[in-house]
Amino acid sequence: MQPEQNVKTARKEPVKVREQDAARRSSCFDEVVLGYSEEEALQEAARCIQCKNPACIEGCPVNIDIKRFIYHLANKDYKSAYFTIREKNDFPSICGRVCPAEYQCRKTCVFTKKGSPYASEKAINIHFLERFVGDYGMKNNLEISTQKNPKLSKYKVAVVGSGPAGVCCAGELARQGIKVTIFEALHKPGGVLRYGIPPFRLPREILDFELDCLKKLGVEIAENYIVGKAKGLDELLAEGYDAVFLGLGAGVPTFLGIKGENLCNIYSANEFLTRVNLMSAYKFPEYHTPVNIGKSIIVIGGGNTAMDAARAALRIQKMQGLAPDTSIVYRRTEVELPARRLEIEHAKEEGVKFRFLVQPEEFTGDEAGFVKKLRCLECKLGEPDASGRRRPIAIPGSEFSLDCDMAVLAIGLLANQVLTRVTPQLKTDKYSDVVVDRDTMETSIGAVYAGGDIVGGEGTVIEAMGMAKKASKAIIDRLLKK
Amino acid sequence: MTKILKKDTLSDISGTKVVRMVISAADIAKKAMPGQFVALMVDDRGERVPLTVVEADRSSGSITIIFQEAGFTTRLLGRMNPGESLYAIVGPLGHATEIKDYGKVIIVGGGVGIAEIYPVAKALKASGNRVTTILGARAKDLLILEDELKAVSDIFLVATDDGSYGIKGFTTDILDKELQKDKYGLVYSVGPIPMMKRTAAVTAKYGVRTIVSLNAIMVDATGMCGCCRVTVGGKTLFSCVDGPEFDANQVDWDELTKRNRIYDSKEKHICNLSKM
Repeated sequence: MQPEQNVKTARKEPVKVREQDAARRSSCFDEVVLGYSEEEALQEAARCIQCKNPACIEGCPVNIDIKRFIYHLANKDYKSAYFTIREKNDFPSICGRVCPAEYQCRKTCVFTKKGSPYASEKAINIHFLERFVGDYGMKNNLEISTQKNPKLSKYKVAVVGSGPAGVCCAGELARQGIKVTIFEALHKPGGVLRYGIPPFRLPREILDFELDCLKKLGVEIAENYIVGKAKGLDELLAEGYDAVFLGLGAGVPTFLGIKGENLCNIYSANEFLTRVNLMSAYKFPEYHTPVNIGKSIIVIGGGNTAMDAARAALRIQKMQGLAPDTSIVYRRTEVELPARRLEIEHAKEEGVKFRFLVQPEEFTGDEAGFVKKLRCLECKLGEPDASGRRRPIAIPGSEFSLDCDMAVLAIGLLANQVLTRVTPQLKTDKYSDVVVDRDTMETSIGAVYAGGDIVGGEGTVIEAMGMAKKASKAIIDRLLKK
Repeated sequence: MTKILKKDTLSDISGTKVVRMVISAADIAKKAMPGQFVALMVDDRGERVPLTVVEADRSSGSITIIFQEAGFTTRLLGRMNPGESLYAIVGPLGHATEIKDYGKVIIVGGGVGIAEIYPVAKALKASGNRVTTILGARAKDLLILEDELKAVSDIFLVATDDGSYGIKGFTTDILDKELQKDKYGLVYSVGPIPMMKRTAAVTAKYGVRTIVSLNAIMVDATGMCGCCRVTVGGKTLFSCVDGPEFDANQVDWDELTKRNRIYDSKEKHICNLSKM
């Protein structure tokens, strides 16, 4: 079938993705979105009108040739579709699951109404198509194309951190034949993909498969290794690494700075999710790391992390036989929620409650130091602030209290400073982010590059990969000139 | 890496053992300084627990840890034997102790905290300080590292709860007397929270700089989760990356005491289930 014909026969309605039933899925950590079948993927691909000037590609932080991969997909040439994506993105099965496509490629899709804050429903479900193609490649063991460059095989590069930026950079370099070692502080690789994103959004088999692909390319991963502690940056360079890439991430949780915040059972989202995702605390005591679960759980924040934390907390409530009672408290309204729309919908379907226009004021607890209540103020929306979103204004005298015997604070993250603190030569800005040359991602130290959240502050997986790609190109250029 | 090379029991009172282990960990041994710690996992289902590096042998590439079998994970660790390997060990973590010549120093150790003061006492002695060591234990048989600490101390004093060794009473009783007698540049203390809290109360009277090493609960132990947050001088700090040592007189002891009990019921549950 030719795509021209597809246009004529195009279904107008987007193909809904299959999902696990909300009641069932919210009692376990199995994947929520089941993805497209072959037939569904073909139907959705056929909706793409193959624009002459495809804006979707511009909307993708790594500029996947979306038009072309959908063209191949619509023609059932799954292999070509897969390799088209892999030209730009080494992790289609991951990105197809976690990319906030409605703010990226789908937002610039021709089917999105101009000026809308995120993608219209009619926009092509590019992320679900990417996921279908990625999973096809995985299931069929499609060999990763390597373009080993004999001029590069004598070089070795150290990558610090195995999150999205680190693994992406490592993959790009290894494919050219460069010897890459990734140093990871935790006992398992993946960074935020492992400790932050719950298995019901990104199953561990998918993550492990994509990391195994990396190992097949010859990348070595040294877990339990903290650069800046066990070894300094200067030592890595002195040991003969020809370049270093820092994908350190934004791993430091922020707190609200309100009274009572250190009461027991108040978790940072990082702590709660690390316990649940990395340490499998939802399987306590089979796994030994505990997590306390309240009867009335409050999650503060409105991003993807808040949705992940709330959905994980509600699941554990149900798994422990408690009545589900998990609320998201957010100072603005639903429109301003920065989370992916899909996650918001999923959270609602699963029974997470939303309290909009609420500002937390103080946590109060019992004598043993456990949190019991959250005192709040109601808000109204004022003028837009620097972020372009309308600023919440607390209404004096509107005070009220919510029951809260457990809370998760998902209000943002700061740069991981373990390495930067001990490396004064590495220039950082006022946010403690690493300063780089935006064209090459090189830091103030020669041959040391950086990308991901340690450079841009909190961003998406694919944005981190975009920066890592840029850095990998600069590293290759540098080595070729040597 | 992570292989247990040696293991011995330092004290054992009705089944509550204090165990010493030497573990192969070359990269950590090369860098570890007094006051620093490691985080380890016994097996792939394990918790990440922080333990002080008591000794770091750079030549053999090994580190020594000492722990009391006080909870589920430390009991599990106590069942491991030489030749077996731990699932994970990472470090060295936290800031090192500031080692310099303070003149006269007093080191106060209680219970298994004695293991943690040893590397600091040794380093302070080596850099020219006159070291007074005060150890506390419930009874004589529970006192650990006595010979090791004697060897690095100019003055060595002991307090036991039952009077079976040294004076009958608290380390702080001895501390108070010593501080009355002489001027000291530093008091360094590690032990149970009530002991460190009392130490802080005593030294505050004399205005002596007092450092404690806190044993807050941790997960990643690299500054990513904030589980180990403590209030110090009114500010929230992380024990793992901002500590583990803090000014004793600035620590909010009541908050720390409560936070360290967050998982008491879970701990009981898992211990009961596995009959440990």
